[in-house]
Amino acid sequence: MASDLQTDISGGDAPRPGDAPGDVILRTEGLTKHYGGVHALVDCNFEIRRGEHVAIMGDNGAGKSTFVRQITAVEQRTSGRIWFNGDYVEFDGPLAAREAGIETVFQTLALADHLDVPDNLFLGREIRKFNLGPFSILDYKAMHAATRRGLEKTGVKIPNIRNTIQNMSGGQRQCVAIARTATFHSKLTIMDEPTAALGVQETAQVENIIRALKQQGEPLILISHNMRQVMDLCDRIVVWRRGRICANLRKEDTDGEDVVAYITGAKTQPEYASAA
Amino acid sequence: MSHTPDGVGGLSFDGSGRSLPAEAGVAIALVLIVLAFELLGRLLMHDSFLLNTRDNVPGLFNQARLQIIILQVSIIGIIALGVTQVILTGGIDLSSGSVVGMTAMIAMSFAQVGEINGLPNTRAVFHDRGWVDLPVIIPVVIGLLCGIACGLINGLLIAYTRIPPFIATLGLMVSARGVAKWWTQGQPVSFPTPGYAAIGAGMMPVIIFTCLAILFHLIMKYTVYGKHTYAIGSNEAAARMSGIDVAGHKVLVYTIAGLLGGIAAIVLSAKNLTAQAGMGVMYELDAIAMAVIGGISLSGGRGTILGTVLGALIFGVIISGFTFLRLDAYYQEMVKGAIIVGAVVLDQWRQRRSASRF
Repeated sequence: MASDLQTDISGGDAPRPGDAPGDVILRTEGLTKHYGGVHALVDCNFEIRRGEHVAIMGDNGAGKSTFVRQITAVEQRTSGRIWFNGDYVEFDGPLAAREAGIETVFQTLALADHLDVPDNLFLGREIRKFNLGPFSILDYKAMHAATRRGLEKTGVKIPNIRNTIQNMSGGQRQCVAIARTATFHSKLTIMDEPTAALGVQETAQVENIIRALKQQGEPLILISHNMRQVMDLCDRIVVWRRGRICANLRKEDTDGEDVVAYITGAKTQPEYASAA
Repeated sequence: MSHTPDGVGGLSFDGSGRSLPAEAGVAIALVLIVLAFELLGRLLMHDSFLLNTRDNVPGLFNQARLQIIILQVSIIGIIALGVTQVILTGGIDLSSGSVVGMTAMIAMSFAQVGEINGLPNTRAVFHDRGWVDLPVIIPVVIGLLCGIACGLINGLLIAYTRIPPFIATLGLMVSARGVAKWWTQGQPVSFPTPGYAAIGAGMMPVIIFTCLAILFHLIMKYTVYGKHTYAIGSNEAAARMSGIDVAGHKVLVYTIAGLLGGIAAIVLSAKNLTAQAGMGVMYELDAIAMAVIGGISLSGGRGTILGTVLGALIFGVIISGFTFLRLDAYYQEMVKGAIIVGAVVLDQWRQRRSASRF
């Protein structure tokens, strides 16, 4: 499968809108982001299929988080094209991406400290009883029920969901951020360094949640520095270096040392020679 | 992996660590301050602070003093409701006092009577144009629009030029005061129509303050607007990533604060039966102080309208208490300053304590 992916994304012919194959959930082509003179992301061709768990690896500043911010429309890309779920998409903001089915656990978690669990889960897309524009009445009952369902689905236990985030431990915060993605029927989940700040047990719980997503056939993009975790949880590893993709490796065809060689720049796949 | 009743993998939650809501502390402080004045009153004045000690008046409490306590804070209290929302987003509004002065001048000039004691009121601002004895709705609408316009200017400046709220509202604080003075070249505007005067008559300011406080309490608690206000103050980046229109929401919050400033201006000028360019000086700081005493965190995201109302009552009790003890106004100001600083110190201490639990 990986081999036909290779030819697919490195091929010179630009696919037209709607061209993306049916089982590809997300595909980017020529994705580029410049911050002024800094080329944070250059010509990235990426693809993930249904049910697939793909790891994104790379050194600090390699463009991993920048890539995520472009596909989730937290920032607007400089150039390039994105297909999601078979359609060419131009999300105008993070809410549009979320409504389309891309759920993201950001590195910063993006939680409001003074709000409780349901408030955070539904931040920006609250369930409304009466729609009165900004003064719409909130449906707390429905949001609490949906929160409990989301927590059950991920196996996260938080005894008091009315507790505010500021009173929670790092692991609980991470679980809340992950449960947020599970509460909604996401088509693609993205996690940016979900275990970077966690202890051993908390990391284990987050990894269990990721395995549960795999069993449910939900595709996942995982950004991580943890080689063991990546080898354990993902089917494929895409390596970024200095804003460019430099390798696309199937887990079976590689090992930790090989991946490190790509990350550090000792190796580059021939298809990505321009990144060398 | 261990499964405990409190969570998977040893993720436990200590429910006992929850602290009381900030409002509870404010309410306790209010009671303590009342008790202190009661005690000092018995010792020094041989009179009760709040209880009725006159035989010729019925009732358990000293009705007149209770009314004064709440009446004297209700107008600044209205401003404080708006300032509370601004502070909850992590901002600040220094312009509200000047907005009150300017709005009072402009609204009042459309509310003047045409004749005083049978003689034409030649000093009315719009006497020459015949805009006197207008229906009360006109000055009210003009006043509200004036407040909204000021709030909108603040909001747009803060949301779209990204200058700090402190500077943006400081600018309007100075400019609006200038407009207030320029409007009549410094002359006071007096003699409102009976309809306009009725807005500020008797306990009307208290009724208006109470209604607005209840309205905004409900809005902050049960609407999307309230939720987003807290979210922005709590973590603006998270709010943005969650898809909240942060800039648009800030414009709305400052506009509502301006509107409340406009309402306060109308009530104040109607109550005083006059408007002067110097009206509302320092009101912005008193309003901020009420919010801070009421437990609104200056870093945003924490506090409630109820807290601000309690903060306003503490304010009223202190002013009344000092008058009751026949202490000079100088002491009031000194103590007021100390209380404001004390409230912020207490708030920071509370926050540090809750943060250090993990």
